[in-house]
Amino acid sequence: MNMTTALVRRRMGRWALNGVATVALAYILLPLIFVVWLAFFRQEIPSFPPEGYSLRWFAAILDQRKFVDGFIISFEVGVLATAIGLVLGVPAALCLARRAFTGRAAIGSLLLMPLIVPGVVLGTAMYVFHVELENALDVDVIGTFYALVAGHVVVVIPWIVRLVTASLAGVDRTTEEAAQNLGANRWVTFWRITLPAIRSGIVAGGLFGFVTSFGNLELSLFLVGPGRTTLPIVILQYLEWKIDPTIAAVSVVQIALIAAVMLITDRYVKLARVV
Amino acid sequence: MARLDIDTLTKRYGDFHAVRDVSLEVADGEFLVLLGPSGCGKTTTLRMVAGFIEPTGGNVRLGGRDVTILPPWKRNAGMVFQSYALFPHLTVAQNVAFGLEMRKLGKTEIGKRVEEALALVRLSGFGGRLPRQLSGGQQQRVALARALAIRPDVLLLDEPLSNLDAKLRQEVRVEIRELQQKLGLTTVMVTHDQEEALTMADRLVVMSEGAVRQIGTQRDLYERPADRFVADFVGRSTFFEGAVEAPGRFRTDGGLALACDGGAPGRGSLALRPERVGIAQTPWIGLDNSLPGTVEFVSYLGALIDIHVRLSPRDRLIVHIANREDGFAPEVGQAVHVGWPASAGRIFNE
Repeated sequence: MNMTTALVRRRMGRWALNGVATVALAYILLPLIFVVWLAFFRQEIPSFPPEGYSLRWFAAILDQRKFVDGFIISFEVGVLATAIGLVLGVPAALCLARRAFTGRAAIGSLLLMPLIVPGVVLGTAMYVFHVELENALDVDVIGTFYALVAGHVVVVIPWIVRLVTASLAGVDRTTEEAAQNLGANRWVTFWRITLPAIRSGIVAGGLFGFVTSFGNLELSLFLVGPGRTTLPIVILQYLEWKIDPTIAAVSVVQIALIAAVMLITDRYVKLARVV
Repeated sequence: MARLDIDTLTKRYGDFHAVRDVSLEVADGEFLVLLGPSGCGKTTTLRMVAGFIEPTGGNVRLGGRDVTILPPWKRNAGMVFQSYALFPHLTVAQNVAFGLEMRKLGKTEIGKRVEEALALVRLSGFGGRLPRQLSGGQQQRVALARALAIRPDVLLLDEPLSNLDAKLRQEVRVEIRELQQKLGLTTVMVTHDQEEALTMADRLVVMSEGAVRQIGTQRDLYERPADRFVADFVGRSTFFEGAVEAPGRFRTDGGLALACDGGAPGRGSLALRPERVGIAQTPWIGLDNSLPGTVEFVSYLGALIDIHVRLSPRDRLIVHIANREDGFAPEVGQAVHVGWPASAGRIFNE
C-alpha cells in the first residue's frame, strides 16, 4: 500500500514537472510560431483566419532598400563589435579568472553590468558621452559608424567575459604546467594549451554577443546617424506607418539566420556544455 | 641525465614555512623519494625543483647549472603529474611530441623519438588515440613517455601512482623502477605511501612540517630511525611511554620494567617493531624481556597475523607473526607470553 502511494506520488511529481516545462516552452515558442505563420498570410492586414498563403512579403523585403541596408549595417556592426569584444573580453576573463588583485570582484561585476542596466539608460549615457567627446576633441563622433560599433562593444563584452570565465574554470591548470615543464613559455602555453581548452567558451561568447548586438534596439536608437540605421530600428520605423506581414517576413529571415548560425556552431562546439 | 643538488631551499608564505632549509643531493642515476604526510612540504620542494614555485631562499643546481631562478621551460626537467595532465585535445603521439616540438627538432627526429618513448612504456600503436580513450594506467604511461621523450636531466614524479587502483599500482611501481634503472634516470618522486617509497627508492627522505627528518636507505630508516616521527611514519611501531631510569632500564607509565639498549635517563618512549617480538604460550627463556599478557585483538592479514596484547592497563603491544601452517595462532582472551631482546627496542628521549 505504502509502496503504491510512493509510486503514485513520484509519477504525479513527474507529470507536474513535465506540465510546467511544457507551459514554459509554449510561452517562449508561441510568439515565434505566430510570427512565422503570419509571414505567409496573403492579406495585407493581419487577421484570423488567413485568407490564403503567399510568399509575396518575402519578395517585398527586397523591394525596400532600407531593410537590406539595415541588415547590412546591423551585420557589420555585429561582426566588428564581436571581434573587438573578443580582443578585449578574453584577456579580461583571463585576468578575472586567474589573478588575485584588489577590486577583482568589482571589475567583474562592472563588466557584466551592461546586461543589467536598461538599454535606454546605457544609450543616454553614451549619447551624452559622445557629445562631450565631440566637443572636447573637435572631431565627428555622434552618429558615426564607429561610435555605433563602440557602443555595441559594451553590450557584447559581458557575454564574452561570462562564458569565457566559465570555461576557464573547467581548464585543468596542471596541463598548463605540463606544457611549461616540456619547454613552452607562457605565450606558447596560452596558444597551444589554454586557448584550445576554452575555445567553446569563446565561440559561444562571441555568438551570443553577436546575436545581442544584432538585435539591439534601445542602445542603437541613440547612436545611429542619418542614413545609417540598423535593422531593428528600420523595423520600428516601418511599424510606425504600416502593419503588414513584411515585418513578420523580416523577422522570419532573422530567426532563420540566427538559428542556422547556432546549428552550424553547435556542430563544432557543443554549446550546451558552456551555456 | 645529471645530478641534482638542492641547497638550504626554503619557501615561506608570510609567517608559514612550507619548506625550511632543505638540502639534498641526488646522484646521477639515483632514485630519491620524498616521503611524508600531506602538508609536509614534499610537493612544494618538488615544484621548486620544477620551477613552478619560486624559492624564498636557497638554490637548486641541475647538472651543476644553477637553475634556481629559471622559469620551468628553461630547466629540462621532465615531470609526471598526479593527474597526468595530458593535453585533452591532442592525440597520444602529439602529447609525446609536444616537448620535442618546443625543442625545435626536425619532423623525422620527432617521429622517431615519439615511437621510442611509446615503445618504452609499451604503448606502441596507441599514438593516434586521444587521452580520454585510454585507461588510467595507460594515461599514466603516456605521461611518463611524454616526460621521458625530452630526455630530461632529471625525472620528477609527483604522486604518479595515487590515481591507480591497488593492483595496478604494484605493477606500475616495478615497471617504473625497472625503466629508471635501465635508462639510468636521475629521479625524484614524491609520495605519502611508504610501501611505494620503500619499493622504488635508492634512498628516502622523510619530511615533516617543511623540514627533512632523516635521509637514508630503507634499512637505515627502518632499523635506525632518527627520531620518533620517523619510527612512527616508516613501518609500524609500538611506543611505550615512560622514562629511562638508568641506561638499560626503562619503566613504562603502566609500571612495566623493561630491559633496553642504553638510553639517557629521563622521560622518553621505547619503540618496538611488531615483527621483532615473539609470542608463545610459555615464558621466554634467554630473552631480555619476557612478559605475560592477554590477547585483545587478532587480525588475519594473509601473509601475517596482527595481534594486540594487553600487558598492563596502560600498555598494549602490537605483535606480528608470520602465517605458517604449523604456526601458533592465538585467540582473543588467551593468556600469552611476549618476549624480545633489549636490542630490538629503540629509545627516543623527549
